[in-house]
Amino acid sequence: MDLIAQARAAGETPDLDALIQAIPYCRHLGVIARLDGHGVLLELPFAPDLVGNPMLPALHGGVIGSLLETAALAQVIYEVHASSLPKSVDISIDYLRSGRARTSFARARIAKQGRRVVNVHAEMWQEDETKPIAALRGHMLVDFSEN
Amino acid sequence: MTDSPPWLKLAQGHMNQTAFFAHLKGEVVGFGPGRATMRLPYGPHLVGNPDTGVVHGGVITALLDHTAGAAVMAALKEPMAIATLDLRIDYMKPATPGLAIIAEVTCLKVTHEVAFARGSAYHVSADDPVAICTGAFMLMRGTPPPPPPAKD
Repeated sequence: MDLIAQARAAGETPDLDALIQAIPYCRHLGVIARLDGHGVLLELPFAPDLVGNPMLPALHGGVIGSLLETAALAQVIYEVHASSLPKSVDISIDYLRSGRARTSFARARIAKQGRRVVNVHAEMWQEDETKPIAALRGHMLVDFSEN
Repeated sequence: MTDSPPWLKLAQGHMNQTAFFAHLKGEVVGFGPGRATMRLPYGPHLVGNPDTGVVHGGVITALLDHTAGAAVMAALKEPMAIATLDLRIDYMKPATPGLAIIAEVTCLKVTHEVAFARGSAYHVSADDPVAICTGAFMLMRGTPPPPPPAKD
């Protein structure tokens, strides 16, 4: 994305919330990004459109997967000096608790950075970061060609 | 398909009208027994890379999760709620901008506690998948499945 290339060219870290807001699907979900002391923190306010089970009500598994994958993507963009958006190769999601009708958060950490592939772990929680509602492990291909 | 139990029709209605699935503008195109097919037309709201127009990986995840859950429901002998335990997705190639994505999932096995499903997402042919998935689902026997939303 141009935002990444421009920031890299200027020797700066890309504005992560601007980057997230430039991704239409993230806007469609309502994802907000910011940096804190640990890296990229994503926030997803609850909305009725995100429900998968109306009885509880609970967030749709696809919403959970989408936020986790976006957290992984954002952390890789932030931490790894790639020239374009990383591409997901595979992901594995564990659903630990149901996602309730409240604000969710997610963050990721890079477990291993190789020359082409990054192994990334992400977690999502609601009220208590020590009680994740879901976790993701995945691999992303990163393009360093223009650096 | 003969003698499809009434609750299975309700389950299909529920899967078609799930709030988030409707938010993505997906539709159920095939349901039962033990398999489900869904179609998600391409749309600007699904884009993950604004430079290329390729949909976000989470779109594929959401579509496959929903279809896998439907395949499991379509394999059950009695109505009950289910919950995704885990889901593994391999992205074989980027989705083509402008094309609808079809997800087709089969429930391979239903045990007392857990059901297993496997499937893929593709544009034209299942032999040329955009992504493949494997998932396990907890069965909540005794807990009724969500009712379909009231009609407007």
